[in-house]
Amino acid sequence: MALEHADVQRAAHLARLGLTDDEAARYVDDLGRILEMVDMLQALDTEGVAPLAHPLDVTQRLRADEVTERDQRSRFQQCAPAVENGLYLVPRVVE
Amino acid sequence: MHDKTLAELTRSLDAGDFSSRELTQHLLGRIDRLDGQLNSFITVTHEQALAAADAADAARAAGKAGALTGLPLALKDIFCTQDVKTTAGSRMLDSFIAPYDATVVEKLKAAGTVSLGKTNMDEFAMGSSNENSHYGPVKNPWDFTAVPGGSSGGSAAAVAAGFVPAAIGTDTGGSIRQPAAFCGITGLKPTYGRVSRYGMIAYASSLDQAGPMARSAEDCALLLNAMAGHDLRDSTCVQRGVPDYTEELGTALSGLKIGLPSEYFGDGLDPQVEAAVREAIKVFESLGASVREVSLPHTHYAIPAYYVIAPAEASSNLSRYDGVRFGHRCADPVDLIDLYKRSRAEGFGDEVKRRILIGTHTLSEGFFDAYYKKAQQVRRLIRQDFLDAFEEVDVLMGPAAPTPAFDLGANKDPVSMYLQDIYTIAINLAGIPGMSVPVGFAGKRPVGLQILGSHFNESRLLNVAHQFQLATDWHRQCPALAEENA
Repeated sequence: MALEHADVQRAAHLARLGLTDDEAARYVDDLGRILEMVDMLQALDTEGVAPLAHPLDVTQRLRADEVTERDQRSRFQQCAPAVENGLYLVPRVVE
Repeated sequence: MHDKTLAELTRSLDAGDFSSRELTQHLLGRIDRLDGQLNSFITVTHEQALAAADAADAARAAGKAGALTGLPLALKDIFCTQDVKTTAGSRMLDSFIAPYDATVVEKLKAAGTVSLGKTNMDEFAMGSSNENSHYGPVKNPWDFTAVPGGSSGGSAAAVAAGFVPAAIGTDTGGSIRQPAAFCGITGLKPTYGRVSRYGMIAYASSLDQAGPMARSAEDCALLLNAMAGHDLRDSTCVQRGVPDYTEELGTALSGLKIGLPSEYFGDGLDPQVEAAVREAIKVFESLGASVREVSLPHTHYAIPAYYVIAPAEASSNLSRYDGVRFGHRCADPVDLIDLYKRSRAEGFGDEVKRRILIGTHTLSEGFFDAYYKKAQQVRRLIRQDFLDAFEEVDVLMGPAAPTPAFDLGANKDPVSMYLQDIYTIAINLAGIPGMSVPVGFAGKRPVGLQILGSHFNESRLLNVAHQFQLATDWHRQCPALAEENA
């Protein structure tokens, strides 16, 4: 499956990753070669094989529905780029 | 002091030959003087290390020392450490100080170990050469023109250079075993779910696993004893008892059935690597093991499957770096989309961007079934290869990497770099444990033997590696750094 410039720009937008046109052009080439290598999978017959998402056949442990976390907001916000009154600051979203 | 194993250091500390403070000062001095040549550390924590060493010396004086009390080590900079910077080798996290310790860090602290700092790594653990670090490449202590391997390249180089007797790494596609092989040390990737991933910065969550890197299998066993076990904070961490991994070290190898996967000895394997690995296998035969050829028929599909699954998981995991809650934020964003896009463009390096783009593309509408679902089906076939092989043999052996450490700058092309992981990557897809142990040299550069076992069979792997190390001294070889040459 060949990769177009528009595919890379679309993926970059979905991933919220800024790319210049030059960078996108370079990634078309790189990603194209990676996908070419990946396309080898298509040669393998996997009819009826169940997908494996996790290497172990285990079930999730359940816990009681109790509050286990205490409020540590101010500590956690110490590593934020911009906060005010306990809120994260971002550019205006709603006019 | 700096060429001893953990087990030997404990005997010296118990005998009063030196204190943990003296040992810590000695190693910090080596790092300060010599790491300029290698760049294996991102952060060295002098004060915290000396405080921990003093606490360990006090515990020992009070008769409360355990197997690891007062022993120095280093942590790959992917483990969150409270009050100490955690970068994951990325500009994105250059100023990030985690508000908590990873479970592995907490457990190693509780065991009385003394962390000397955080080691260099490929950015977000994406790489096989440590050349993808924001903090610059690491050099191989055996040959400064060679890479140390990756992504735990700083951890491997620091142990090989005698800066620390042990370091903790992580392995998503070979990132403990391949640098251990390239630097001539012993490394173990445990079974997926054996060690908690809480506080370990995520790359590909269904593959990531933490493990020990040290001078011997015995030391890896001591460290795994402290690291393994269930953790309520990681839902994929298995509820299963932790054996004493040192208990079976002494078991004789007579009757051991070793399988050699024919696919691991094919085209592309360096002849000197093959020769060293085959010599090592003769040692196992002399210890009473029997050897037979086996087949892992889906081996060549492992790299393509991995480069769908791992980038897909990475694209999702790395979406958290949004420039809002923590990490790098661009200057003067005009709106929210601009903030996201520029913060991420500036914060991530080239290989991370490449994998985010691949993962986003393969998961996107119209491509999901052809790539992601297909890769997960192939993943089941790859796991089945191993399950079938372990019906026939106890362990599998082969080279950890197709070549010895390659030259810095030698693999500019991403696909040729990915192919370096041909022998290690399937193990993560299958979730089984694997080790690399040093078995010789190709010129100046070390060669690693990979030993693989069935799920949760770490005790057997460690036993097999330990018996080899009792019979050989490859694991005791140390490179000469400039100071010693002078």
